Amino acid sequence: MSEVWKQAFARVPELLAAHVQISVSALALAMLICLPLAIWAARSPRIATLALTVASLIQTIPGLALLALFYPLLLGISAIIGGGISAFGFLPALLALTLYALLPILRNAVTGLSGVDPAAKEAADGLGMTSSQKLYFVEAPLAAPTIMAGIRTAAVWTIGAATLSTTVGQPSLGDLIFAGLQTQNWTLVLTGCLFSAALAISVDLLLGLIERGIRERRRILVGSGMAVIAGGLLAATLPLLIARDNIVVIGAKGFSEQFILARLIGSRLEDAGYSVRYRDGLGSAVVYQALSAGDVDVYVEYSGTIWTNQMQRTDAPPKSEMLDSIAQWTSDSHGVEMLGALGFENTYAFAVRPEDAREKSLKTLDDLARVSSDFNFGTDVEFLERPEWRMVQAAYPIRFKDARSFNPTFMYPALASGEVDVISAFSSDGRITANDFVVLADEKGAVPSYEAILLLAPERADDDRFVAAINPLVGAIAVENMREANYMVDREDDKKTPEQAAGWLNEKLRE
Amino acid sequence: MPVSGPSLHLQNVSRHFGPVRAVDAVSLDIAAGSLVALVGLSGSGKSTLLKMINRLIEPDSGTILIDGEPVESDDPHILRRRIGYVFQNIGLFSHMTIGRNIAIGLELAGVKDGRANRVTDLLDLVELPRDMAARMPDQLSGGQRQRVGVARALATRPGLMLMDEPFGALDPVTRDKLTDQYKALHEKLGLTTIIVTHDMAEALYLADRILVMQDGQIRADATPGELLSGNVGAEAEALVAIPRAQAAHLIALSKST
Repeated sequence: MSEVWKQAFARVPELLAAHVQISVSALALAMLICLPLAIWAARSPRIATLALTVASLIQTIPGLALLALFYPLLLGISAIIGGGISAFGFLPALLALTLYALLPILRNAVTGLSGVDPAAKEAADGLGMTSSQKLYFVEAPLAAPTIMAGIRTAAVWTIGAATLSTTVGQPSLGDLIFAGLQTQNWTLVLTGCLFSAALAISVDLLLGLIERGIRERRRILVGSGMAVIAGGLLAATLPLLIARDNIVVIGAKGFSEQFILARLIGSRLEDAGYSVRYRDGLGSAVVYQALSAGDVDVYVEYSGTIWTNQMQRTDAPPKSEMLDSIAQWTSDSHGVEMLGALGFENTYAFAVRPEDAREKSLKTLDDLARVSSDFNFGTDVEFLERPEWRMVQAAYPIRFKDARSFNPTFMYPALASGEVDVISAFSSDGRITANDFVVLADEKGAVPSYEAILLLAPERADDDRFVAAINPLVGAIAVENMREANYMVDREDDKKTPEQAAGWLNEKLRE
Repeated sequence: MPVSGPSLHLQNVSRHFGPVRAVDAVSLDIAAGSLVALVGLSGSGKSTLLKMINRLIEPDSGTILIDGEPVESDDPHILRRRIGYVFQNIGLFSHMTIGRNIAIGLELAGVKDGRANRVTDLLDLVELPRDMAARMPDQLSGGQRQRVGVARALATRPGLMLMDEPFGALDPVTRDKLTDQYKALHEKLGLTTIIVTHDMAEALYLADRILVMQDGQIRADATPGELLSGNVGAEAEALVAIPRAQAAHLIALSKST
């Protein structure tokens, strides 16, 4: 097996176990909510209408949006009750997936229970059964196959949707898919998809077996289905029982540079004797919050992001002044320690094709403004909504003909192929030099500085061994080397994994 | 004939469904051991009256006494365990074997010993083969299923049987046979039975007392003999006229051949 597959498969057991844990927890919680509710609903048409309407409404919210909504919601609740609730990882994923699983379970349970032959219910009453005896002896067993079918649907949905929980910091097989998408590592994507599909199919088959067993009253089918599921659950929860001390969680946002730097930090911490877990693909807002709550121990941030998103500043002071203010602010407001800047910048950079730069003599953003009405603009999905874009527009009279958003992966090819004429590239991206794209100078300093900085969780600030392991990274990464490392992961041919690129980068550290 | 069944006393019993007076101030005494047929057209209130006795429907007003004791003196489910109930749609539990269906009343009562023997006795009683205990309800014919329904109702040895058009959905031959056999059972066990039917011929054959209901009231209360001799009211006469005409037609047919 090739190195790429080995790398991908190495992460599967841990992620599969986490995937099973979150899916099963959500499913169990949904059943706990739905089954009593369905019993109530089957006896009261008003409750049935209400419950099914609410569940259907929830279902119309896209899974990713539902996950995203729980993050601010939990933060708000945590603030109201004075902290203690983690808006990161397991809890938001659990709640969102549970809500998502409600509808199929509820709908089938209500259908099953209210569809029980009225004659059987009349006979049960006539024989002198109490309400609960009627449920136990008659309604539940007769509705069981339908209820089971609903649980089965919910299980498949939940296992599929659980891949999205990566975005709120809950490990799942989605980690492989998201990381693979960002780095164009299709082996990773395929591995993530294959294993989550295989998990969904196996669970579907097993629950189908149990459903058939109930329908045909064959206990052996029910029993063996349950036994296999119990075995799988046990295997998935065993890692939880093994005590794991001193585990370091390294956060990373969803692009190659972040994956590489996380691996670089991770390998150094492993050498220092720590066990390391990675949480990849986190949103900017999520990861900072997770760090201040201690759910993530360390990650690489960019000064401009803290400046504009967290501190809500709109000015752009000189680099060193800005870094000092940030260090002061993170420490004062969240106890987060800024260990230092890594030595390179990854800012928004407007890039054009070399021939355009030559023919139209484009060097600065002022030059771009001159031709902007003939230019199509390509950006990542969030740039047009970001404060930096408003800052640029305030400083330069840029009015593009048209603007289109791309996944970063496809933005560079779009510029190269002429689909767009200028892109909001990332200055440390290796694909800029690889394509000979020309970066236009921001002479008015409209875009704030985006120095890569190392942020530490409050409780790691005093961990000397920890700090000693990663402190050599401060000021040690040159932008050329970062671009080269990024390009190793991003390019089509001779693709490297983030681990390999991190290893290369480690060799190139500035003294 | 040993009588174990109770007597019934109904006083001013009424039940409305919205503006409809389903049962309108009915007062009635039923002697222990009698087999009473409640006859009437659809919507006459006969099923409602029957179901108020085992409280599947609660009356708006009035009192019902079984052996002098008000039906509401216990919880409804306790009351119903002492009363056999058989109805047209039978309501066998499709996920249970015939044996468990028959013994379910014993299971509810917490009887653990001798359930299998009791099932065998009951299968004998309703003239079904003993090995049927292991079968599932969907493997039985309609007539067999209703025999099981009767056996299930008798399992806890109730004295009172309430039957709501029990044989209405069966073919005439099966219905006739079951009617016959039930009459024998009723006498053998000394039951008090109230049977609701819209079939006057069945009532005339089966019952020793016939109550004709219309618009929630009892319009005629007579023995089969009295009904056939007439003078018990227009409602009763209209119902009796049908089997009488059929009988006359049959006699005429047989004479002409």
